[in-house]
Amino acid sequence: MRNRMVIGTLVLLLAFPLAAKHWDQLFYVSFASRILIYAVAASSLNLILGYGGMVSFGHAAFLGIGAYTVAILMEQGVSSAWVSWPLAVGVSALFALAIGAISLRTRGVYFIMITLAFAQMVYYLLISLRAYGGEDGLNLAERSQVGFGLSLANDLTFYYVVLALGVACLYLLRRLLNARFGQVVQAIRDNETRMEAIGFPTYRYKLICFVLAGGVAGLAGALLANQSGFVSPNLLQWTQSGTLMVMVILGGVGYLYGGALGAALFLVLEEVLSAYTLHWQLGLGLVLLAIVLYAHRGVAGLFDGRAAARRGADG
Amino acid sequence: MADAVLRVEGLLKRFGGVTATDRLNMSVVPGEIQALIGPNGAGKTTLIQQLSGALRADDGKIFFDGRDITRTSLHQRVHLGMARSYQITSIFRGSTVVHNLALAVLARNGSSLRFWRPLAREQELFDTALALADQVGLAGRENVVAGALAHGEQRQLEVGLALATRARLLLLDEPMAGLGPEESQRMITLIEKLKGTITLLLVEHDMDAVFRLADRISVLDSGRIIATGAPEVIRNDTEVKRAYLGEESAAP
Repeated sequence: MRNRMVIGTLVLLLAFPLAAKHWDQLFYVSFASRILIYAVAASSLNLILGYGGMVSFGHAAFLGIGAYTVAILMEQGVSSAWVSWPLAVGVSALFALAIGAISLRTRGVYFIMITLAFAQMVYYLLISLRAYGGEDGLNLAERSQVGFGLSLANDLTFYYVVLALGVACLYLLRRLLNARFGQVVQAIRDNETRMEAIGFPTYRYKLICFVLAGGVAGLAGALLANQSGFVSPNLLQWTQSGTLMVMVILGGVGYLYGGALGAALFLVLEEVLSAYTLHWQLGLGLVLLAIVLYAHRGVAGLFDGRAAARRGADG
Repeated sequence: MADAVLRVEGLLKRFGGVTATDRLNMSVVPGEIQALIGPNGAGKTTLIQQLSGALRADDGKIFFDGRDITRTSLHQRVHLGMARSYQITSIFRGSTVVHNLALAVLARNGSSLRFWRPLAREQELFDTALALADQVGLAGRENVVAGALAHGEQRQLEVGLALATRARLLLLDEPMAGLGPEESQRMITLIEKLKGTITLLLVEHDMDAVFRLADRISVLDSGRIIATGAPEVIRNDTEVKRAYLGEESAAP
């Protein structure tokens, strides 16, 4: 049944821009691209938070670093996506390596605080970069060049590129989670002491997981810079890390599609509620409250029969 | 003893003003079951923590197979051939028995930095895990979620996880903890079957089990080994009686 739902969603996602174009509602294509990009970002956070048990409160840093990498390269005249996007992934992953190597020496609330502190450091670092707009941010002259006669300036093309990358990311995530690496990481989340006692260098596995998540967030950042045509330090503000975390909690911590579902729910709610009131966050807060109280496994958890069965077995 | 598999020299551990391990010396002979007994608070758990690598000693040295492992980490010691079980059951409660064991087999089965092939398809791994389940008496329970097992079965799985590392020396921290008579009996049989295939250092409160299983018994009191010898020697040692056995009316 799950497979059927996934295929159905995919068909809808493929057909959606054509319908939007037919009824002349291209705004929604751009909006959908934004949702897909945040779906990738939230999924990368879900990898470390949900599957790795690492509650990182600085994930927006990697999103922002990816976005800035693309923007700065474009400022320097490098606009090929084939150069700047992989570099965005690489630079974000490098930052994740440095930040993770230090942060992962701590546990629990200290880990939350230290990741937050590192993200704030990157935030202020970018504010101090006067040459690249400082606090005001930086406009992108154009969207990245992909070649093959395709132009990302076309919102439909851009949407399909984002969709392809998003699907690829989720597929790779699924492979990884079922393979040795993912199984080890999840077991470390469940019982780190025991994993060490059966011979796993747990720190190394957690760090690699953290770096992978940082890299994927960097890709999302590269796409986001393209989508909005603008980067600013606000992308890395700590509230952005909070937003990503809320997305994951809404969608389902530790569920493959949790990040994607959460991103969609969050952004749609924001869009709909903000049309009625400036205080849309109040409505969002109520939804979040309801989820945490009545469906603490998130939206994805509602579809999960196994979780209910397991709860029965446990109790 | 030059051919000791484990040798401890002058091991010292202090917590504030309390000396939990007091310049302790001991050695474990390969192939034997050596039991470590002692009254509550004697420092048994602290010692096991240091031997396994979970806790750093303040001073002294630990040798495994003649090699200084004092500064070697917990997971590296496992790869050298020394593993432990826990007094308080530490298993993967949300996973099935066979998955628990497969994880432990995985640790000594090449790199786990593999990102593509599903673990569930690694048949050899699960075959080994099934054989282990059988060995620790959990045949027929392989697909039960570990958290749903009876306490005794969880203790068997606990030992199974340590066994799966294929260590040459196992530190078993009170494997009988909390077991009823029948479950204890099953655990004793399980350990008896390991005799000769593997060296065991057995920390245990159950005197019945200790005197049935051990080739040699060391008595720990106030962070020191006060006596080591064959079970019948220990039984008649006056200092041991005073320190420990005397307070146990059930002692044989």
